[in-house]
Amino acid sequence: MRRTLIALALSVSFTGAATSEGTQSFDRIERGRYLAILGDCTGCHTKPGGAPFAGGLTLATPFGNLIAPNITPDQDTGIGHWTTEEFVSAVRDGRGHNGTRLYPAMPYPAYTKMSDDDVLALRSYFLTIAPVHNPVVANQLPFPFNIRLSMLFWNAVNFSPGRFQPDSQKSPQWNRGAYIVQGPGHCVTCHTPKNLLGGDKSDAALRGAVLQGWFAPNITGNERIGIARWSNDDLVRYLRSGANRWTLASGPMAEAVSHSTSQMSDEDLAALAAYLKDNGSGGPVSAPAAPDRNAMQAGAAIYKDNCAACHRDSGMGDEALFPRLAGSPLVQSEDPSSLVRVVLQGSRAVSTASAPTAPAMPPFDWRLDDSQVSAVLTYIRNNWGNVAAPVERDAVKNGRASLSSFP
Amino acid sequence: MTATSISRRALLASAASIVVTSVSANARIITGAMPWSPSAANPPRPWRPGPWQFFTADEAATVEAAVDRLIPPDEHGVGGKDAGCAVFIDRQLAGPYGRAEGLYMRPPFMAGAATQGNQSPDAPAALYRAGLRSLADHVKANFGGASFAALSPQDQDAVLSGLEKGSIELKNINSADFFNLLLQNAQEGYFADPIYGGNRDMAGWKLVGFPGTRYDYRDWVERHNEPYPLPPVAITGRADWTVR
Amino acid sequence: MMARKLPAKDVVIIGLGWTGSILAYELASAGLDVIAIERGPWRDTATDFPPSYSPDELRYAIRLDLFLRPEQDTLTIRNNLSQTALPIRHFVSFLPGNGVGGAGVHWNGQTWRFLPTDFRLRSHLEQRYGKAALPEDMTIQDWPVSYDELEPYYDRFEKLCGTSGKAGNLRGEKQPGGNPFEGWRSSEYPTPPLKQTLGPTLFAEAARKLGHSPFPQPASNLSEAYTNPLGLRIGQCTYCGFCERFGCGNYSKSSPQVCVLPALMRLPNFSAQTECEVTRINLDSAGKRATGVTYVDTSGEEWEQPANIVLVCAYALFNVRMLLLSGIGKPYDGQSGQGVVGRNYAYQTTSSVGVILKDKILNPFIATGAHGMMIDDYNGDNFDHSGLGFVGGGYMGAGQTNARPIQTRPVPRGTPKWGTQWKKATAETYQRGFSLSTHGSSYSYRDCYLDLDPTYKDRFGRPLMRMTFDFHENELKMSAYLTDRLAEIARAMDPVEITANPRKGPYNVNIYQTTHNTGGTVMGADPATSVVNRFCQSWDVHNVFVPGGASVFPQNHGYNPTNTVGALAYWTADAIRQRYLKNPGPLA
Repeated sequence: MRRTLIALALSVSFTGAATSEGTQSFDRIERGRYLAILGDCTGCHTKPGGAPFAGGLTLATPFGNLIAPNITPDQDTGIGHWTTEEFVSAVRDGRGHNGTRLYPAMPYPAYTKMSDDDVLALRSYFLTIAPVHNPVVANQLPFPFNIRLSMLFWNAVNFSPGRFQPDSQKSPQWNRGAYIVQGPGHCVTCHTPKNLLGGDKSDAALRGAVLQGWFAPNITGNERIGIARWSNDDLVRYLRSGANRWTLASGPMAEAVSHSTSQMSDEDLAALAAYLKDNGSGGPVSAPAAPDRNAMQAGAAIYKDNCAACHRDSGMGDEALFPRLAGSPLVQSEDPSSLVRVVLQGSRAVSTASAPTAPAMPPFDWRLDDSQVSAVLTYIRNNWGNVAAPVERDAVKNGRASLSSFP
Repeated sequence: MTATSISRRALLASAASIVVTSVSANARIITGAMPWSPSAANPPRPWRPGPWQFFTADEAATVEAAVDRLIPPDEHGVGGKDAGCAVFIDRQLAGPYGRAEGLYMRPPFMAGAATQGNQSPDAPAALYRAGLRSLADHVKANFGGASFAALSPQDQDAVLSGLEKGSIELKNINSADFFNLLLQNAQEGYFADPIYGGNRDMAGWKLVGFPGTRYDYRDWVERHNEPYPLPPVAITGRADWTVR
Repeated sequence: MMARKLPAKDVVIIGLGWTGSILAYELASAGLDVIAIERGPWRDTATDFPPSYSPDELRYAIRLDLFLRPEQDTLTIRNNLSQTALPIRHFVSFLPGNGVGGAGVHWNGQTWRFLPTDFRLRSHLEQRYGKAALPEDMTIQDWPVSYDELEPYYDRFEKLCGTSGKAGNLRGEKQPGGNPFEGWRSSEYPTPPLKQTLGPTLFAEAARKLGHSPFPQPASNLSEAYTNPLGLRIGQCTYCGFCERFGCGNYSKSSPQVCVLPALMRLPNFSAQTECEVTRINLDSAGKRATGVTYVDTSGEEWEQPANIVLVCAYALFNVRMLLLSGIGKPYDGQSGQGVVGRNYAYQTTSSVGVILKDKILNPFIATGAHGMMIDDYNGDNFDHSGLGFVGGGYMGAGQTNARPIQTRPVPRGTPKWGTQWKKATAETYQRGFSLSTHGSSYSYRDCYLDLDPTYKDRFGRPLMRMTFDFHENELKMSAYLTDRLAEIARAMDPVEITANPRKGPYNVNIYQTTHNTGGTVMGADPATSVVNRFCQSWDVHNVFVPGGASVFPQNHGYNPTNTVGALAYWTADAIRQRYLKNPGPLA
């Protein structure tokens, strides 16, 4: 009944302009604005340097390219002609205007958990965005992926629609954190490993995943490779400012911090921390093979001559400048893709209002060959009490080759 | 000279709203964030073994012999020749240094007081051509048709001293100036980073105990009177970087 | 061809070095629309001077890769009016910076304040020694600001930089371990003093033995990681020994890049435009108000950038040239002594004492740009000059910044310059030899000035600036005296050999000394003897400011200029924000 009333009320107002009906209330729009931050809609739908939410950013998926659509209320090239029902089903079910099936680069498998209030608030907010004429052809995938009907099969295997169900055994704060991580914050989209079809391996939630040559790390409570040794305060500071005692956000996470987490409320950040710190340890991890002694020796010399001037002989780095390597779960990640990438190409930390410096690590691709990169990475993964699989030369070689193909 | 360019943006990796637009044909407007792009770097280009790029064979022979007297081989280490000083000078003269690139080379050229600095219109490349040619002429005339490289070490030293003191006069070029240029470049070659062709095996650095491109001595600041134990390292590294 | 006109801005800043960055941040934070136009390239730590290739002596210290190319801009030089000035075709004596960050990228980080007496130099010296003690042609002046007025701004700049040091005078109370002669400080240094290597430690011992009070040199190479008031992080200096002439690879030398730019670039109402050279400041038809600037891009196209306020933030020498070429203020004529723009050019009077010790391992390659132990006993008027025949002074001590082997290879006196003996002496002396130095004042004279050269032109056909400068008797006597005092301390270090090298005339542009060129757009209380007023505002064109570049110094004192430059930049920023914006017009 309630849904029908809401639907009725909204069907009056969806002409694309705010009306005086009271359905476009300040509270709802403000809530929607904040939810757009939680959801980081701008991260995909705003091209850097472009108009807000006008689309145009190319997303490189393992299956080919997509271009994020224009979600301003423009009638011709945006979503101005969409009904409220279509907006809601796009966000939560992956079905857009006229039932068009969306690709899960739009993280509807996570947004499906969002409540009615939240998704309708988003709708209210998006109706207030300045309409921008910017035609976008979203589907740039090669055959056969460009056939949207294939999503029917994909959804059957990988998509479980449904609202978030709170855990009655946990606190409201924990549940709020869970809601954000699983729902609008869609942390699972990057941090949960994927199967061959690109769907979440739901039994390995948040154990880390490779995405465009970066490894989104394991953020379960695992002692060695997860966030067990990060305190709640470490997590909050990282998400708020992009830096904490351990590291600085860079790569794709830099964008997430800059546009999303740094603007979340204190309560929500505390809730995120409460959930992530009380979410199990992600299951057993096999002990890695011991590193080769010669590699460790060469790695130590390379580290001393290239790395220690910033990361220190002790591996402790400097807070909010040079990440700590000693004891770092990121350094000991099961997948070393991020490490390879950062050593070869360098990386720049995020700039936020509370930590504006954005220091950058310089590239070493011109100075170190594949064997040397693998040696120094093996060294940092196995020194100072760190334990992790050695990095093989071929991993570096392949990384070097594939990095040149990323935007 | 720097080669930064905003050419790629990693997916979701750019947190900036950089506007790099052209107001004009070649200018950069930077607003919204500090510019940065992955792999952006401007390291020096390493020297490549191969034929002389500037010197003729005769000039090279002369310079090799000269640098081996300026910096002789002895118990302290290799001489200028084996350290690659002549190769260094050759590559330098073939490049922007040889062309006096970036210097103010507009006329009129007038002789001035010594305090007013070098007013020569000749770039180092031209100075070497003139100097080596005049030197060859002088040696040929005074040592029975020989070349500098063929002289005994004592005779070579005597010639170099004569240039240094100005007692030997060269045509078209001040001999002391030419000598000082050669000495300066030879010493540069002996002590510069090996990436430029000289200081082979870091011989120059080992001579004095200079650790090279090391960048962190924090633990050694207050260890007074203790010898620093680590071997030198160069831009291209050191042997210990190689996995055995 | 007409320059194309761009949309107007509130403020246009010429040059994006220390003063440009500080003014840009202060004014953009106040809500103004600010553009900075820099004729050099953007410079950034990880891209342009990472530890992986920054420590390259040949490239940066010898071939001067980060510096201004003389072909882009240079000066002509003569020692006196009877000579014909000739171009500086290759910079040696001083090395002007270039690019975003300016000389702030490759300075040493030596961060000194001037003395309270420095700011009222003429009054003080005349009072103490009588008018006759000063040479007739010495044109020193009182500053139009006092030390007390500037103290909070010194404090502000040091906090921006995170300078490492030990206070010697905290709100009037002498502090052990600091400089007993310094002007009073409102607060301790932001970070503790740097630890010292053996050389400075031995110097300090010897200095103490002779009754002096050595203290650690104030250094903007930081002793520990620090967050400055803009929220920017500065790292801990690692003593790499590649400081002056080099960019810092690990964020531990204060620079605009580290201390200002990342916060500045977050302000949406600020933009920087690089590789564009401002050729002149444009004035309205009455010549009383600037309308903006004209600049040339790399293709040679001319553009006009209109603005309400023009800030002249280039390197000191080029600030002077900008005003001369723009027709702002009456140019100084060295013959007649009339005019002001270009007047009172000064430099720095440095000297050294080489020391070779016995049985010591100095590890001289372990160094920072501004570490070292100094004494200030012979600076300014800290000592009685009666009967000495000169005024002025400088700090002195052991602050050798490096032992990079192309340029630094001490050998005993008389060692041949090449050959077997040279090689042996070089190998045997490197660890035992180092250099002490004096850093003396350079007072102003009627015949030391800047104007436009009559003959030599730049690539746009505009006249180069001409520098007429030589050391005067006063400075040479001072240098001899300071060097003798330093040699006394050196002898107390039980050396094998010392070599004293006092500064000798004539001024030779072919010997490196310092890049401390001051004066030409002097700040003063009287427009007859200054170009800008006490707020660094042009007397002639009230919307043009020269915010604190060393060109505003009436004379140079016995200290490095940067701290005073930074303090005056903040001083000017406050004057613009609190006074000028509310009521545009002459502020004095």
